[in-house]
Amino acid sequence: MNITEYITLLFTDYTLRTITLGTAILGAICGMLGSFAVLRKQSLLGDAISHAALPGIAIAFLITGTKDNTLLLIGALVSGLIGAFWIRGITRNTHLKSDTALGLILSLFFGFGMLLLTYIQKQPNANQAGLEDYLFGQAATLLLNDVWLMAIVTAICLVILLLFWKELKMLLFDEEYTKTLGFNTRFLDILITTFIVVAIVMGLQTVGVVLMSAMLLAPAAAARQWTNSLGVMVILAAIFGAVSGTIGTAISASHNHLSTGPVIVLIAAVFVLVSFIFSPSRGLLFREIRFRKNRTDLELHKTLSFMFSIANAHEDIAHPHAIKILNNFQGYTKRTLQQLELKNYVTIQGNMWSLTPLGYKTAANLYNQLITTNE
Amino acid sequence: MTIEIQNPTSKSTGAPIQKDTPIAVRIDDLTVAYNYKPVLWDIDLSIPEGVLMAIVGPNGAGKSTLIKSILDIIEPIAGSVKIYGKPYSKQRALVAYVPQKGSVDWDFPTTALDVVLMGTYGSLGWIKRPGKKEKKAALEALEKVGMLPFKNRQISQLSGGQQQRIFLARALVQNAAIYFMDEPFQGVDATTEKAIINILKTLRKAGKTVIVVHHDLQTVPEYFDWVTFLNVKKIATGPVKDIFNDDNLTKTYGINYKVSIQQ
Repeated sequence: MNITEYITLLFTDYTLRTITLGTAILGAICGMLGSFAVLRKQSLLGDAISHAALPGIAIAFLITGTKDNTLLLIGALVSGLIGAFWIRGITRNTHLKSDTALGLILSLFFGFGMLLLTYIQKQPNANQAGLEDYLFGQAATLLLNDVWLMAIVTAICLVILLLFWKELKMLLFDEEYTKTLGFNTRFLDILITTFIVVAIVMGLQTVGVVLMSAMLLAPAAAARQWTNSLGVMVILAAIFGAVSGTIGTAISASHNHLSTGPVIVLIAAVFVLVSFIFSPSRGLLFREIRFRKNRTDLELHKTLSFMFSIANAHEDIAHPHAIKILNNFQGYTKRTLQQLELKNYVTIQGNMWSLTPLGYKTAANLYNQLITTNE
Repeated sequence: MTIEIQNPTSKSTGAPIQKDTPIAVRIDDLTVAYNYKPVLWDIDLSIPEGVLMAIVGPNGAGKSTLIKSILDIIEPIAGSVKIYGKPYSKQRALVAYVPQKGSVDWDFPTTALDVVLMGTYGSLGWIKRPGKKEKKAALEALEKVGMLPFKNRQISQLSGGQQQRIFLARALVQNAAIYFMDEPFQGVDATTEKAIINILKTLRKAGKTVIVVHHDLQTVPEYFDWVTFLNVKKIATGPVKDIFNDDNLTKTYGINYKVSIQQ
């Protein structure tokens, strides 16, 4: 199937359209709210919460006996929130560090959830088939109602986000200062935690308990690489998330047996990889390029300033000197000499070099420049 | 150990504190503990209005904790703090805070101007966004600390001294009566230190009260007119020229100190 065919299908096929819309909205809300998890350094909290949601799903099924998606997600929401605030409580009131609390709650809730799932599977109720889809997600089960729910929740989150933008931004940067200004940091903290729980619960059906935290963190981590503004970061993360959802759905739809959730997560991971390598200001590639350029510049400058000190000892700056007196400690290599000649700073005749007037001037200014650029 | 002090200017600059000077900050019986270990023990302290005060003491003496308890960041076990006779929660508009530079992550995606604007958030209250008036105040504060050319700079690209000045500007925007600063001179170069001390002295001239956690004992007499010695308990508090002496230093730091003043 080529791209044009797929796009036509996207607009004609009802199921595909619903799923694509759903995964795109999910990606957007995850990216948006995930930015706050990343900047609040609570990346792992998402993982713990998504695992903590599993027993909620199982218990909701046991109580209601139906597989109504909304009811199960309410169960997930409740148990996710219990897990999240339990973690908060442990780190605030005991000596345990947050990583311990996260690990503890994650395995405790997930273990309990798995226990309940196996118990449910042994039940005669024929309805139970498909409950284990919540482990890795099953985008094909998305209905238009689910998509509407996601869209409404996204809109509500967006309004709250815009309303408390100033307060949330300050909290993320400097919590204690926010407190001294009289803002209720507890309320803001609970708001962010609730955001994270909501985003995760929204994605459980599509991406599943196990991979959900990647969906939350990957778009935000990728977006952070491209911008130094919180607003742009949140928007970019939402776009990256939405694009991951759309492309992931497309790939899984055109290759029949690929499960959608993992594909979406992999696409999001590609965004992270590309961002970490190619971002102009923070990427590894440009950092390496800058590093190398600085090193060659430094070598060049060291050699030039050494030459300057030698040339200064003579009345005539163009007085030739033997190349042999230059040594490695002054940054000298054959290549630096070639580059200096290329830049017209020196002239080379046989085994001798001499500084040109341009080279002399540049070398003299080198030291002054260093002073001015370092303030 | 000997501390050499050059040109003690405190004698000339230290404004005499009148008997009827109002008390800006009054602390009674303040006790703070982390996990049952007392950090501050039964502190009584009255800070008169208009002083430029240093809080000195060894590491772990509770200097930062004292400031944080005054500002309600840390909840004390016992005791009370009054700002001009009322609890801090009622007097927030009168107080500005400069936290330790290392207490935040400077890689946060925001600009210098944005950080300074946060100083206006307290008076704005919930939801309302900063407007033209707030932006103007923030730019003025940046100007005062000499950081105006860097207003759009991403904060991680600023040097340590510049970051400290941004924090100072954020407090200046609050236009408070009392300023609390936690080690504003930590890790800054001589130029920034001079810039900061000039701002502190300007604040005091304007009648503000400035309380600074300070580590460099050598500069205490030069920079401050009031000092509090702290080591879990309050050792002494008063004018620098009266109480900054070997006796109090030894009591606070537990080593034999000698203040030698080079005239």
